Amino acid sequence: MGLLSKKDAKLISDPLADNNPITIQVLGICSALAITAELKASIVMSIAVLFVLGVGNVVISLMRNIIPSKIRIIVQLIVVATLVIIVDLVLKAFAYELSKTLSVFVGLIITNCIIMGRFEAFALGNGPWRSFLDGIGNSLGYAVILIIVGFFRELLGSGTLLGIKVLGDPIEKTGVYAFGYENNGFMLLAPMALITVGIIIWVQRSRNEALIEDN
Amino acid sequence: MAKNTDKNLYTVLFATGMVLVVGALLAFLASSLKEKIAENKRIEKQQNILYAMGVNENDESSVTFVSKDIVGAEFSKYITKQLVITGTDAKEDNNAYLIDLKKEAALAKNPNYQRRLPLFIGNKDGKEFYVIPVRGKGLWDAIWGYVALDKDLIVQGVFFDHAGETPGLGSNIKERFFMDDFAGEHILDGDTFKGITAAKGNADPKNMTKTDFEVDAIAGATITGDGLSAMLKKDLKMYLPYLKTLKQ
Repeated sequence: MGLLSKKDAKLISDPLADNNPITIQVLGICSALAITAELKASIVMSIAVLFVLGVGNVVISLMRNIIPSKIRIIVQLIVVATLVIIVDLVLKAFAYELSKTLSVFVGLIITNCIIMGRFEAFALGNGPWRSFLDGIGNSLGYAVILIIVGFFRELLGSGTLLGIKVLGDPIEKTGVYAFGYENNGFMLLAPMALITVGIIIWVQRSRNEALIEDN
Repeated sequence: MAKNTDKNLYTVLFATGMVLVVGALLAFLASSLKEKIAENKRIEKQQNILYAMGVNENDESSVTFVSKDIVGAEFSKYITKQLVITGTDAKEDNNAYLIDLKKEAALAKNPNYQRRLPLFIGNKDGKEFYVIPVRGKGLWDAIWGYVALDKDLIVQGVFFDHAGETPGLGSNIKERFFMDDFAGEHILDGDTFKGITAAKGNADPKNMTKTDFEVDAIAGATITGDGLSAMLKKDLKMYLPYLKTLKQ
């Protein structure tokens, strides 16, 4: 990559696989379970987190030398909360139905441990550009898992993708339903999200030697 | 670090400055988006009212409203009359659906205040619907909804919504499996008002009897269910004097 130095590129590529915030650091699990019943909600949540983490990391990084260390966690919280309220207001104004589906989960961005974790671990000690890349990288890593989980849950649970009936119509018995296929309603419940994330972790760990632990 | 950021004075000043900046930013944003948000809420109200009287695009299991683009036209097509009831007096008002129930309830605490009750009269396929807005308290926050009755005061359909009930438990009041149970339920036992209770230990979980004044409650959502039952009892009762004049 011409634009980014090798070190900078690593900031983006690392969280996508080898140091994924969900599957390796196991952060941000609660929102990954809660909103992945539909692909659309997963994508929107990913975009919201991308915005909050990207901007938040830069803001914290710019303020890193003037934040009093005694109240740094509170300052971080204020920054996250402000950004989340901005996301919430903008969604309510421009994508109202979506904001109804996301409802309490938008608020959950505040408690997403990935965000506070990156502020504390990275943005407080690095410059704005690197922090921005780190924020983008980590939220993309989060997004990848969210979208994979959302894809399988919506496909197997409702037989749709982004609301489009890709497997045929379950009532009219067209497409695969003609052969006796049934949607698995269990996929729509939170436990199956956990199991799906578990399977992703399993696949990733068995294929990536760096992650295999010695016993 | 160049500055000493550990001093108490510095910390206090920093915190004050931060709060001022953030407060001003959010206040500005909230007031500039206010109109757009209010417009979205207005459209949602129309969708909800139409939903309760069965004007929706539901398929097998999902809750689907008439789309945003046509809701204005559909609303004026199906809702033939909007009334504001004060005491026994009913006045027509085309913006009755914009009455804020929360404000009315607060004003009604003053004994001299005559509470304004909005009522929407709809007509679908030649059948009359009386849609009543209701509002109450769930476990965490407000719950509200719309109940559509026919002229014999039998429930034809409902829509419920909530501000912040627990996802997967209390939030299920806005799911089809719960709301559909209400259709056909009676609210009057002869002449006595009974309302509808979301009951646990219900002898009729399949909801076969429509005259037991009960629907099956949601497991794990006791307080939301109780709040919902109380909301229906309290708010439907207020309309009773007027609705009884229809029955005759």
